[in-house]
Amino acid sequence: MTNSPMTPGIVPGRLPSEAYCENFADLHAPYDGHEAMVAADRCYFCYDAPCITACPTAIDIPLFIRQIQAGMPEAAAKTILEQNILGGMCARVCPTETLCEEACVREAAEGKPVEIGRLQRHATDSLMEAGVHPFERAAPTGKRVAVVGAGPAGLACAHRLSMHGHEVVVFDAKAKPGGLNEFGIASYKTVGGFAQAEVEWLLKIGGITIETGKALGDGLSLEDLKSEYDAVFLGIGLGGVNALSGEGVDKDGVGDAVEFIAALRQAKDVATLPVGRNVVVIGGGMTAVDAAVQSKLLGAENVTIVYRRGKDRMSASLFEQDLATSKGVKIVYHAQPVAVHGNGSAAEVEFEYTRDGSKSLEGTGETFRIPADQVLKAIGQTLDGAPEGLTLERGKIAVSETGRTSVEGVWAGGDCATGGDDLTVTAVAEGRDAAEDIHKSLSA
Amino acid sequence: MADLRTDFVGIKSPNPFWLASAPPTDKEYNVVRAFKAGWGGVVWKTLGLDPHIVNVNGPRYGVVYGADRRVLGINNIELITDRPLEVNLREIKQVKRDWPDRAMVVSLMVPCEEWAWKEILPKVEETGADGIELNFGCPHGMSERGMGAAVGQVPKYIEMVTRWCKANTRMPVIVKLTPNITDIRHPARAAYAGGADAVSLINTVSSITSVNLDTMSPEPSIDGKGSHGGYCGPAVKPIALNMVAEIARDVETGDLPISGIGGITTWRDAAEFLSLGSGSVQVCTAAMTYGFKIIDELTRGLSDWMDEKGYASIDEVVGRAVPNVTDWQYLNLNYVTKARIDQDMCIKCGRCFAACEDTSHQAIEIKPGRVFEVIDEECVACNLCVDVCPVEDCITMEVLQPGDVDKRTGKVVEKEYANWTTHPNNPAAKAAE
Ligand SMILES: Cc1cc2nc3c(=O)[nH]c(=O)nc-3n(C[C@H](O)[C@H](O)[C@H](O)COP(=O)(O)OP(=O)(O)OC[C@H]3O[C@@H](n4cnc5c(N)ncnc54)[C@H](O)[C@@H]3O)c2cc1C
Ligand SMILES: Cc1cc2nc3c(=O)[nH]c(=O)nc-3n(C[C@H](O)[C@H](O)[C@H](O)COP(=O)(O)O)c2cc1C
Ligand code: SF4
Repeated sequence: MTNSPMTPGIVPGRLPSEAYCENFADLHAPYDGHEAMVAADRCYFCYDAPCITACPTAIDIPLFIRQIQAGMPEAAAKTILEQNILGGMCARVCPTETLCEEACVREAAEGKPVEIGRLQRHATDSLMEAGVHPFERAAPTGKRVAVVGAGPAGLACAHRLSMHGHEVVVFDAKAKPGGLNEFGIASYKTVGGFAQAEVEWLLKIGGITIETGKALGDGLSLEDLKSEYDAVFLGIGLGGVNALSGEGVDKDGVGDAVEFIAALRQAKDVATLPVGRNVVVIGGGMTAVDAAVQSKLLGAENVTIVYRRGKDRMSASLFEQDLATSKGVKIVYHAQPVAVHGNGSAAEVEFEYTRDGSKSLEGTGETFRIPADQVLKAIGQTLDGAPEGLTLERGKIAVSETGRTSVEGVWAGGDCATGGDDLTVTAVAEGRDAAEDIHKSLSA
Repeated sequence: MADLRTDFVGIKSPNPFWLASAPPTDKEYNVVRAFKAGWGGVVWKTLGLDPHIVNVNGPRYGVVYGADRRVLGINNIELITDRPLEVNLREIKQVKRDWPDRAMVVSLMVPCEEWAWKEILPKVEETGADGIELNFGCPHGMSERGMGAAVGQVPKYIEMVTRWCKANTRMPVIVKLTPNITDIRHPARAAYAGGADAVSLINTVSSITSVNLDTMSPEPSIDGKGSHGGYCGPAVKPIALNMVAEIARDVETGDLPISGIGGITTWRDAAEFLSLGSGSVQVCTAAMTYGFKIIDELTRGLSDWMDEKGYASIDEVVGRAVPNVTDWQYLNLNYVTKARIDQDMCIKCGRCFAACEDTSHQAIEIKPGRVFEVIDEECVACNLCVDVCPVEDCITMEVLQPGDVDKRTGKVVEKEYANWTTHPNNPAAKAAE
């Protein structure tokens, strides 16, 4: 091995090969059976439990935990999956600290919530390992629905539609289904090819065809889909990224965090991935944290996240921020980029400190520089290629509570649509609810 | 420092904690380890006549777990000692000689005929043991042979055998009672009538702990079949406490010494048995679950508690709670309480609401923001909400003072004690004089 964390530039193989295995192992190891029982026993089986309300898919959490207590993890899984067909992925990626576990009464009581996420994983893993798909399709309705986007929203919508007996064709621009489950989520949250395994498991219901490499706007049009199918659901996510303004942002070494992460998720061997010695990530969301942490895990010597506002405003949760710092990432708050310096490729990023002004954020005039051979932009994703004719609202497809767009016969959900946080679990909830509404309108 | 020394019907021990007759007291090796650990005495595993019995060669125990596999109860299908009488007697003699300050009681179970007792008693006496315990309790295996619970369930046999023993030995006779009977006072009175120096209770409760739903065999399963066994451990403590109290407050047996047994796991359990009239206590399951070292917690806990309360000796504790055990009909109906929920401590789980709304008196309401409040007009003070609340002391029972109005009944709380015997709804009520 010739490279080390200290090697200048953007190079692969900074670490010995064992280190990669260790670094990219499961963030939270699965429970063994007894651990799960002990964890499940902590649940109080609350009346009208606050955790259910806090879950965007409203999983009956006390019930599934009681089923684990009673020695029926597979039945528990069914309780979960009835509400959230991607309950396996959500168990791994949900920021539970700001969702169900934040609402857990034991969080209030002792600062130690019932570990709902890990219990959910225990249940769903048990069922999926058994290779069981617990749902059956209703009698065929003869109706056909087109779903665009095979991310969490599209998959949840397709599954629910199929359960109701409709035929579903899912189109996705990419070569693999899964959306950000496959291309975005940090790899230590979903190890062992789980995203694809989950899609395969989901498709066991039948009645769903996935057509990859088919993009709306590139060969497929909304008009065609509308005329060929009885309904259309759009779950196309946020394909674009916000641009960074400032001097030198086109220098070599400056790239998008989401692309960096996608490459990482698709790499057969992460040791072959080049990473900078000094990495600077600009942004404050989950993408920024994931890019920073994974740069560090790939062997970067120094990784810094720079966020323009304060700690409390960062959309990555405190847990995520702590995870980053525990991996050796430094987080600088209250600073915004001014310029990328370097001779052809990036060498330093210049920042200006900020403060909360009377109306908006303002620069203080004081600047500083951080060495950077690699700069990753994570300042937000944007809706890209929404079909003409749909009403947009704040950059997203405007939808009703049940996902209806401004165009008759077209529904949308997930990140591309208004409402809810941009989370896997929210996308699942919206896809599922849209499917119910589509079913209602097709049955009318 | 409280004095834990105990003199129970003339049997002396450095503390009131004896190991009950069971596997922990099966042989010299165990008993010596127990004495080294600090146990005050033992009741040797029950002896019988030769040829000695045999045990099953598969599992003997079933279990009931609480959270985290905490043992709440064990049942067993073990019989009395399965070693030759002579071996046991030799070991008993040796241990008593080596540990003269510890209580050595020998448990016995022989056929219900006088010759059998006449045969075994002198042999036991010869070991130098301090006393004997008649095992009339074992619910399985031996009872089918006309011994154990088969004797313990028929008061006149108890009296008869006790009398034989009293006539044939100078050693104190403790009669061990089975709980598998409707009214524990009858066997206790029989033992008393037969001249017993004391009773000990409880032996194990007839039970099936679980059924294997794959094989449809009760557990423990011996080649696909199971048999009822004897249940013991923390789960049986409430049953044992009641039986001890019933004997302690019975006019006929009130002065009969009791050795309390059943689910004693911590010093607190032991203190409760003492307070209800036990002059010594015996432990089995707790030792079998955690080993002999628990004696340190038992003795230290009891001693510290006695110091805190100012009780200098065990005698000062024994029976202290007995006067407070009464019949339902004498409970004060003018004692009125209401549940109170401490909003600062409440974690909003809503278990009190589910319990009261679904299964009790609809006396808890949910206000916006998951604020749970007691409706005084409905609360009957049953205490269920207190019991199911996961936060200790979050829900408490407030005692209404004389003069206060009970909003449920609309009546003013009276100062005077009044019970069912004088209540107008009682057809048999006697007018208060
Ligand atoms: C780096 C990163 C980390 C994240 N980490 C977490 C996390 O830990 N926990 C969490 O809950 N959320 C996380 N999120 C957010 C989460 O991944 C998204 O909220 C979720 O995936 C949204 O699902 P979706 O189905 O709406 O969109 P996507 O998952 O984006 O799926 C959209 C799909 O549509 C396809 N598509 C797009 N345009 C077209 C088109 N024109 N024609 C055909 N197909 C098209 C895409 O190929 C894609 O497959 C993360 C996001 C990122 C970027
Ligand atoms: C495995 C086992 C064997 C027992 N054998 C006897 C016995 O031989 N003689 C006897 O009088 N009691 C026997 N018992 C009953 C105990 O002495 C004791 O009365 C009962 O277990 C209740 O006490 P505990 O709850 O502390 O275990 C046995 C109990 C167990 C668990
Ligand atoms: S004491 Fe009983 S009746 Fe009163 S509030 Fe509690 S549960 Fe309800």
